[in-house]
Amino acid sequence: MRIVAGLAATLFALALWQGIVMLTGVPRFILPGPELVAQTWWSSRALIADHALDTLTAIILGLGLGASLGIAVALALAMSQRARTFVQPLLIFSQTLPVFALAPLLTLWLGFGMGSKVAMAVLLVFFPVASAFLDGLLRTPNGYLDLANTMQARPLAVLWHIRIPAALPALASGLRLSAVYAPIGAVIGEWVGSSQGLGYLMLLANGRSKTDLMFAALFTLSILSIILYYAVKAATEPWSRQARHSG
Amino acid sequence: MTPAPALRIRGSAHLPEAALFDALDLKLTPGRWTCLLGPSGVGKSTILRLIAGLKVGAIFDGEITSEPRQSIDDNVAYMAQEDLLLPWASVRDNVALGARLRGETLNTDRLEQLLHRVGLAEMAHRKPRTLSGGQRQRAALARTLMEDKPLVLLDEPFSALDARTRSDMQDLAYSLLAGRTVLLVTHDPGEAARLAHKIVVMSEQGLAELDPPPGEAPRAVDDPEMLAAQGRLMARLRERV
Repeated sequence: MRIVAGLAATLFALALWQGIVMLTGVPRFILPGPELVAQTWWSSRALIADHALDTLTAIILGLGLGASLGIAVALALAMSQRARTFVQPLLIFSQTLPVFALAPLLTLWLGFGMGSKVAMAVLLVFFPVASAFLDGLLRTPNGYLDLANTMQARPLAVLWHIRIPAALPALASGLRLSAVYAPIGAVIGEWVGSSQGLGYLMLLANGRSKTDLMFAALFTLSILSIILYYAVKAATEPWSRQARHSG
Repeated sequence: MTPAPALRIRGSAHLPEAALFDALDLKLTPGRWTCLLGPSGVGKSTILRLIAGLKVGAIFDGEITSEPRQSIDDNVAYMAQEDLLLPWASVRDNVALGARLRGETLNTDRLEQLLHRVGLAEMAHRKPRTLSGGQRQRAALARTLMEDKPLVLLDEPFSALDARTRSDMQDLAYSLLAGRTVLLVTHDPGEAARLAHKIVVMSEQGLAELDPPPGEAPRAVDDPEMLAAQGRLMARLRERV
């Protein structure tokens, strides 16, 4: 039912878009209709696929590295109250910086190409993962910790057998959010410091008034993002189900 | 298992704004059940948590000693009102939790034997969410027994169960914990009258020891003397309200 409703809404939006283009006669370099975008998408499929592969690589690397870093930092902070006191303000401060403004710096430091856009994605992915997972690790139900205490448990064993599993639903939320952020990070990186990828293709098409190609690249990016989100959602579903059953 | 110890807790506990209890002196008889009753907020669970070595909201000034002298922390097992089963782990893994948390080799023979004794051998692979309330408490009891400790602290472990399951669990716990020193904190005079070798009522005025009904525990649910003792206990508890 949800799929049918989503499909109906999409068809309605496309029909509205095509109707506006036809009725207003707006030039194609300002707003191409969906029919033209589809034609361009098909005729440029090899070019778009080539750039999409590059963007997808940056997204997956950024998501993998950013999530790993977020998980590692959350674990380190969960283990040490002192580390939390020092590092948490820095983490929050890092989020007050506009990431877009850091993109030229990353290009300067990491060079033109894959490195800087992966770094951009890492920056966007890291915080939601670290923040959500740390929150989960610090909210272990007291009853479990009391039980572990009376069992003379080793702190690392408590982390592995109790605190991490109890925090997985929170980590799942962080990972889902980061799956939405990772493509944004990769595209920002491509706008500023790359000659490959869908972000670069969009800029290039825009500069040459090939708005239809720009839309085709944009929709490809959207489709990639949606697939990535649902893949992460499906992969983390068992963790979220655990949260629903532990109440 | 080391021999069941006698245990004594003496002292006072203070909350930031008021005293919780003062000049307390509670003795647990070795190898017997002591039932501690009293109104909510009087400090029963605090006593149990102090013995278990758990954090309490109050400041305790006193001492907890055992005879023979031994580390209490190393010899105590704890069972709470909530079953505290880990929802992501199977019944078997939950029962085996203590060994895992200490990094010890798991005694699988003992594990299988205990699962069998609490009637969960067929459900050992199942997750806690698929079990009934009584089955979950049986799993928690098996986890407590798996610890094989001479001192067992029970904090209202059967209070959330229906009447029939509760009395079944009382019988099962009593038989499986035989020979251990048990402190049962409970709100239920009937539970104390069925299981106790020693009944202690805690109130704002301090502790008062009452005679348990005659006969060997666990006493039958329709034993007239047990029911009379339950009535006396209830009257005693109501006096303090």
